Amino acid sequence: MAASKTTGAPARERAANYLAKRHRFRLAEALPWLIAIAVFFIFPTRMTFGSQVLVMVMFALSLDLILGYAGIVTLGHAAFFGVGAYTVGLAAARLEWTEPISGLFAAAIAAGLVGFITGWFLLRYRGLTLLMLTLATAILLQETGNLRSDISGGYDGLPGLTFKPLLGMFDYDLYGHTYYLYVLAVLAVVFYLVRRIVYSPFGQALTGIRENVRRMHAIGSPVHRRLVTVYTIAAAIAGVAGALFTQTNAYVTLTVFDFDNSAKVMVMLILGGTGRLYGAFVGAAIYMVLEDYFSKLSPTFWQFGIGLMLVLAVLFAPRGILGVFERFGNYLSERKRS
Amino acid sequence: MPQFANIAVSILFDGLAYAMFLFITSVGLSVTMGLMGFVNLAHGAFAMAGGYIVVTLTRSYGVGFVPSLVFAAVLVGAVSVVFERFLYRRLYKSTDLEQVLLTIGLAFMAIATATYLYGPIPKSVPLPDWLQGDVNLGFRYFPSYRAFLIVLGAVLVSVLWYAFERTNIGAKIRAAVDNRRMAESVGINVDRLFTLTFGVGSGLAALGGGLAIQLLGLSPSFAVLYLVLFLIVVAVGGLGSLKGTLLAALVLGIFDTGGKYLLADAGGFFVYAVTVVVLLIKPAGFYGRE
Repeated sequence: MAASKTTGAPARERAANYLAKRHRFRLAEALPWLIAIAVFFIFPTRMTFGSQVLVMVMFALSLDLILGYAGIVTLGHAAFFGVGAYTVGLAAARLEWTEPISGLFAAAIAAGLVGFITGWFLLRYRGLTLLMLTLATAILLQETGNLRSDISGGYDGLPGLTFKPLLGMFDYDLYGHTYYLYVLAVLAVVFYLVRRIVYSPFGQALTGIRENVRRMHAIGSPVHRRLVTVYTIAAAIAGVAGALFTQTNAYVTLTVFDFDNSAKVMVMLILGGTGRLYGAFVGAAIYMVLEDYFSKLSPTFWQFGIGLMLVLAVLFAPRGILGVFERFGNYLSERKRS
Repeated sequence: MPQFANIAVSILFDGLAYAMFLFITSVGLSVTMGLMGFVNLAHGAFAMAGGYIVVTLTRSYGVGFVPSLVFAAVLVGAVSVVFERFLYRRLYKSTDLEQVLLTIGLAFMAIATATYLYGPIPKSVPLPDWLQGDVNLGFRYFPSYRAFLIVLGAVLVSVLWYAFERTNIGAKIRAAVDNRRMAESVGINVDRLFTLTFGVGSGLAALGGGLAIQLLGLSPSFAVLYLVLFLIVVAVGGLGSLKGTLLAALVLGIFDTGGKYLLADAGGFFVYAVTVVVLLIKPAGFYGRE
């Protein structure tokens, strides 16, 4: 009885139903977007900061794809953010290519390419070796930029970049209203793509690799190809986030490749919760707001705070803030039932 | 002496001194990672703590440089055991990610505490007369401090080699690195062994931190800045291998010094390039087990 359940057409149908059910949008999923739009009307003077938050959400989302779903632990995700940021920056400063949207595509392609090449070499390793190799990749890119500071501007960066009006119509205003809506729109597109990916059979395969690589090898899943694919996609998304970072700030320096940047995005994701799509939203927003407040108060205090948050998160809330809510929700529904 | 040979000797000498610092600081990390597979990103923070203890003792209490080094190593070693017993041991069976996060959290807290107590400006340390100036080795003068580092490093390498290869505890550690379950089943208390090596390794890191003040300068960012180098030494050398750590420290130390001498602009490029090449060819490092 039990054996017949798992074979044949009905099983396939159930699997398809399961995937289709996960694809369906739930009502609660509108909440973060409504909040993002509400913020636009409530804090009209903080739009530059708001855009930065949205950029970090996208960056964290790209990390979630490889860390949360595929289980690749990397210390060098800033490499792709940096490649995207510099693609747009260099195109604007050296080639006078200042059209913003085509810049995003260029950044995605460049970062995706770097992701594909490094991923193809690095993703056959695991553990400490992988950590070191990803870290070294980001630092090597940074050092290359420093070596050719005649092109990259070195650690002084490329200041004072200007970009053409969006779609040739909407110019940028002092408070960054246009930017905010622009970044939000790009984030929505990217999020839709990521959501499609993680709920697809391909996304299921990634989760399988995260949970048990050996079993995935045993059932004949092309593990390396899947990992390289998702790594490339995540790199491209991180590149778009980097490009938006350059466009909203109108400058870029080599610090985007810093280890701090890789660590920061990981902290955001962990805070929010990995492998759950909206963890990136919660984590990045909370982190950025806290940082904005506390680092003005005292940067030292803030750094201690991040450290403490990480330690506490690992010890008491390994599944992030959303994980805590989920557990609380489960607890309430258990009580209601009994 | 011709110009070329002169530069080569300088690179070798400085590279050797740097390599000894790398070895002293990283060897504990290598052994603890080999034993438990624990990714300890707070190792640099232990080294930094050692450095600041040496600064406080020499500057505020007038203790000599060498006694301060010993005291810092012992104190940090003892404190690290407390951390191991109360925090680290809870995560031995966790994923890499959780270990990375916990220890990087500790490193951040350590950096913030150091910034609060000592400020962000790099500190220096008063050296005794015999460590200042140059020493004449017959054909050339060399800086005494680096000569001291090389001698100290050589002594520590010998002591550690003896402890590893010729004593009972060393044999137990090697057995546990090779196959932990097997070692436990023949009655070796790997847990206690780990606490011991963790304490000794952190103490050595603190010693390295104290030695680094004169060599590299000491500021709160030390904990993360040089951590990357220690981890690279461990990864390139192979986890849990004394021989590997020494070889990796030598290769990376000399390459880094040589790179900075010959091509100042390229800076840290060489270390990372060497790391990537070695790890792509031998993913487990020089002497690691595949």
